[in-house]
Parts: sequence; structure tokens; C-alpha cells
Amino acid sequence: MGHTLFEKVWNAHSVRKLSNGQSQLLIGTHLIHEVTSPQAFGMMRDLGLKVKFPHRTFATVDHIVPTDSQVEPFADPLAAEMIRQLRKNAEDFGITYFDLSSGRQGIVHVVGPEQGITQPGTTIACGDSHTATHGAFGAIAFGIGTTQVRDVLATQTMAMSKAKVRRINVDGRLLPGVYAKDVILHIIAQLGAKGGIGYAYEYGGEVMDRFSMEERMTVCNMSIEGGARCGYVNPDQKTFDYLKGRPYCPTGAAWDAAVERWKSFASDAEAKYDDVINIRAEDIAPTVTWGISPDQGFSIDSTIPDPAAAKTPAEQESIREALAYMKLKPGTPLKGTKIDVAFIGSCTNGRLSDFREVAKYIQGRQVAPGVKAIAVPGSQIVAVLAIKEGLDKVFRDAGFEWREAGCSMCLAMNPDKLIGDQLCASSSNRNFKGRQGSPTGRTLLMSPLMVAAAAIMGSVADAREVFDVEAAAMA
Amino acid sequence: MSLEKITQVTGRGVYVPGSDIDTDRIIPARFMKCVTFDGLGEFFFYDVRKHEDGTDKPHPLNDPRFAEAKVLLSGANFGCGSSREHAPQALYRYGLRAVIAESFAEIFFGNCVTLGIPCVTATTADVQKLAAIIEAHPETEVRIDVDKCRVFFGDQNFTVHIPDTARDALLAGQWDPIAELLEGESAVAKTADAVGYMAR
Repeated sequence: MGHTLFEKVWNAHSVRKLSNGQSQLLIGTHLIHEVTSPQAFGMMRDLGLKVKFPHRTFATVDHIVPTDSQVEPFADPLAAEMIRQLRKNAEDFGITYFDLSSGRQGIVHVVGPEQGITQPGTTIACGDSHTATHGAFGAIAFGIGTTQVRDVLATQTMAMSKAKVRRINVDGRLLPGVYAKDVILHIIAQLGAKGGIGYAYEYGGEVMDRFSMEERMTVCNMSIEGGARCGYVNPDQKTFDYLKGRPYCPTGAAWDAAVERWKSFASDAEAKYDDVINIRAEDIAPTVTWGISPDQGFSIDSTIPDPAAAKTPAEQESIREALAYMKLKPGTPLKGTKIDVAFIGSCTNGRLSDFREVAKYIQGRQVAPGVKAIAVPGSQIVAVLAIKEGLDKVFRDAGFEWREAGCSMCLAMNPDKLIGDQLCASSSNRNFKGRQGSPTGRTLLMSPLMVAAAAIMGSVADAREVFDVEAAAMA
Repeated sequence: MSLEKITQVTGRGVYVPGSDIDTDRIIPARFMKCVTFDGLGEFFFYDVRKHEDGTDKPHPLNDPRFAEAKVLLSGANFGCGSSREHAPQALYRYGLRAVIAESFAEIFFGNCVTLGIPCVTATTADVQKLAAIIEAHPETEVRIDVDKCRVFFGDQNFTVHIPDTARDALLAGQWDPIAELLEGESAVAKTADAVGYMAR
């Protein structure tokens, strides 16, 4: 009988059974950042513990970093204190830390792959729910809480229960103007925000095979929005090509041995899954959320749902609550709704290919008057590469602010926030109430190109029409 | 490390209705600019409890009838979204000691168990039944029996569910796994050796 990658990685990293029946699971790589780690280091000090595998622990600063200028001192004393603590903790405990001055700082889920720290067949943990991003490389990557960060620091393990595995096949060919972001928003809309509870999601099929590593990261990134504990894609030649030559990857004979080992983790052809879902690529349109949960999304051509048409009272109440918050009316199109802010960035869509794709279309166009549009690279390296290609100029000429690396307006722990009930077209991952920093701020999740289309039109728009994407695809 | 054996939680209840209540709502991100968890109780559900000028909005958690509550009652997928442990830390520091919901997001659930906060699931009908009793008689004492997997209130009771792993950890006083994880040290070294990529 064959095994899934999840089972193989799980079995290889299972240390022993714990008394409550959970497994003690070895974590190969631990990524940390400034928001969810200070309390864990505090607990370590209280208990007199040392970091067990400091050379497998990597830190960076991302959530609280201002993106207009990374020059210190920060205006916000709380943010300054958090970065000071992270520096001290990294130094005291002997952990590699990609600081602002390193040229390698960025969103932790952009930095890991970029540095070649993220590798197939490994386990990864980070005190951040978007850790599933690393699954794009065939790693099993878990978002964890702060007490678990302590557990991993102190023991390089954590107590876990094994998940079931759901295979999600996306076959066929995506239509022009449909991106990885649309694929994952579509999957979440189909399966629901709680559909993945108890599961690891294995994404596969022709579309996933064809996707670049960065597109795979976009899909895996939002597994948690579908309720799944983690998400992954089986490693293939693309994975190895992406990793080759990265700073933390092996070289020479060790590289060849690593590739052989990595290949062995891919799910077997005859692997058994607890569930299988098949999605046709042609059924996926540019997808936008209209509500306050990531599963409240639909094709850009749809009209706002009517709570009266909901199947259950709970669903009815959810739609009603969402529409009241979003200030949207049932039966009306979302297309044409005026926006105030456009945000391109985040661990979902803040990579070089995201900025390249948008830059292809916005040359000669202008952000609509009254719209604040910001482009925030996911890491300092993404920023450098983008600038080398002149992408920053393309964005600036079109009326975007080109910023420095960080999480920025995805969760607004830095100065980038919505004000009042501003409506934001956002390439990020969450549309929760208040997510973008204002208790009444409103978020519409969509692909980077759809954000650009909304920025230029001043209202929610179909990027395929705004940019004549089909003609561009033909050319 | 010897911890309290959590066999039951007894106290008044408070019902916060809704499904997919995310951890950003439970503790907005701006309150995570801190290096300890102290004081987070004050910001529990802040933006749904408070107007921007800091005055109270109508909300069950602002209702003096439920001020003493120890048991939170809610809908499906409670605690979804961000993995921030600040959410259960705020819940605990606010004074709550257990949650009954239709279902839980997994990271939130795990974080709660690690802090010794039982999270049990009940059917929609049972949640509604208990919510109605709490509304009509806020003084009702709700008792979650972790061992028997039942919730008792007045002369009524219903079955709740909690995964065996969490139940066993709570009952045995081993909900914080650090001691047991540390004991595995030699086995950890062996596994780390075997996976082949963790050498310095």
C-alpha cells in the first residue's frame, strides 16, 4: 500500500507516543518572529531552559516593521521594544536572525523559501498560522501558539495529533486572468472556512503541476483559511530547481543525496486519501470575497447573496452579519463598488512574480484619484530584485506607493492601516472584521491583478476587462 | 511539573453568538504589541465590546448579568484564523475558564488545551438550549464535567465532545506538555539523527 507525503514525513519525524495518545513530533526547522516569540523566550528563562537546536531556529522581523522607512528609531515605542527583545533573544539563545540590516529581512514565509531553509520532506513550525506556505515545497508546516513555540525552542518537538489527508485535484487549464489566488479563494468558497478541520490538504493535478513555486506558495498559504492544519504540494523538479544554490541548501554530493531523499517523500501513486476533491480549472473565475470570512467569496460576475435565500438559519445570520458590516446590498453586483485603498503585498501575494505580473499591465495607466494604493514587497530581496527590473518605477509611475518589506496592511500591526470604514481591495489573506487595523475597516480579498484593476478604476473591477487580459495572453 | 487536574469547570455562562468568530475579533492585532501576556484580558473582544471612544457597546460581555461568567458559549469554528495564543490568553485573563461551542478551529483548540482551558463541542440544538437558559436565568450554574463529557445546568444536562487526547491531558494534569516533551530527550536525539538533515 502506498503512502502520502504527509504520512511519510509524519512517520519520519515521530519521536514517540505521549501519555495522552498524541505524538511527540520532531520539528526540523523552527521559524520565529517578533510578535509570537517574546513570551515564549520569557517562559524559557523562567524555566531555565536552553534552545535545543539553535542552528535549526531562524528569526526575522516582519509584523511591526514600518514600510515607509525601515530606519530606526521607530516612531512607535511598542514596536521598538518588540524588535529590541527579538534581537536580545536571538543573541542570548544563539539563533540566526535576519535583521533589518541583513539585506535578508522580510515576511518569515517569504524569507524561509528564499534562503533555502524551507526544504521538502521536513517539518516546519512557526508561531504564525500562514506557516502552511512552506508546504509548497513538500514540507509539513504548522502554525503554532506561543506555548508551543516554547516547546519547540526547548525540545525541538511538540505534541501533535495526526491529521487526515484530503487530496484536492485541480485539473484542466486556468482561463486568462485567473491566478493561484483565485484557485485558493475558489477552493475555500467551495469547501468552507471550516471544511478543512482535521485535515492536511494535499494540492495536486495539472494546474498545481504547472504552477511555479511562488504560485504553489500562494495556494498553500491560505490552507488555514479553509480550516486545514497544513497544506502541501508534492516536490518535483521545479521544487529542486528553485532550491538549488540557495544559501541554506546543501551543495555538491550532499545536494544530490538531498534531492534523492526529497524525492522519496512524494506521495506514492497508490497512496490512499481520506477524501478526494476534484476541481475543474475552467470553472474558476477571478474570485473576490464579499464578506467577513474568507469562504464568503464568489466569481467577480456574481451578485451579493440574499440572506433570505440561505439554506440554514445559521447561514442566513452569517450573511446578514457580513452584509451589515460590509455595507453591501443583496442582489447588487460587487463590481463597480467604490474602493478607498488598494494593497498589494503579504505572505500570500508579495513575491517577485506577483509584482512582475501586475507591472505587465499597469504601464501607462493611473491609479484613480482618491485611491491610496500601496505595493509592499514581501522581503528585502524581493524589493532588490524588483528594483533591478525597474518594477518599482512602473508601480510609482502608475500612482502606487512603493514600500519596504513587511507584513504591512495585511494585519496592520505597523503604521499601514485602514481609517474608519474604508474599503480595501487587498491581495492579502483575511477579510475579518477589523483585520486591516480599523475596527470598521472593510476588506475585499482578490488576486494582485484584480487589486490593480480596482485601483485604476477606483472601484471593484474585472481585471480581464480593464487590462484586456485575453488579448495579452494571445500575444 | 505538577499541574492542576482539570476534571470540571463550574460557573455562570455567557453566550456570544455567531459562527467563524476569528482570533482577530477575540484580540485585535494592535493589542499584540506587547512582550508579555499580562493585561490582555482588558482587550478581550475589544472592538465588538467598545466604541472607538472606549465606551461600551451593547454586547453580552458588557452585560452586568453575565459579569461573573466562567463558561463561554458560542457557535461553529470558534477561534478560526490567526494562531495567536494572545486569544486564549485574553480569554483566560478576562476570567473565563472553559468554552462550549459547536466546533473549534484547531490551532485555537490546541492553544487552549495547553493553557488548561477545556473546549468542548455540543450540537447546535444543545448550544441554543443552554443559551436560552442563560438568557432567562443568568445566575444558572453551568458545570462542565470533563471526565463524563457532559454539561449540567439546573435539572438538565447534555453530552459534549472533547477529543480523548485533550480530555486525558486535562484529567491527568498534563495539559502543559513541556515536562513530558523534555523527558523524551534521548529519543529526540535519535530521531533527529535519523532524519538526516539536522546535523550542525
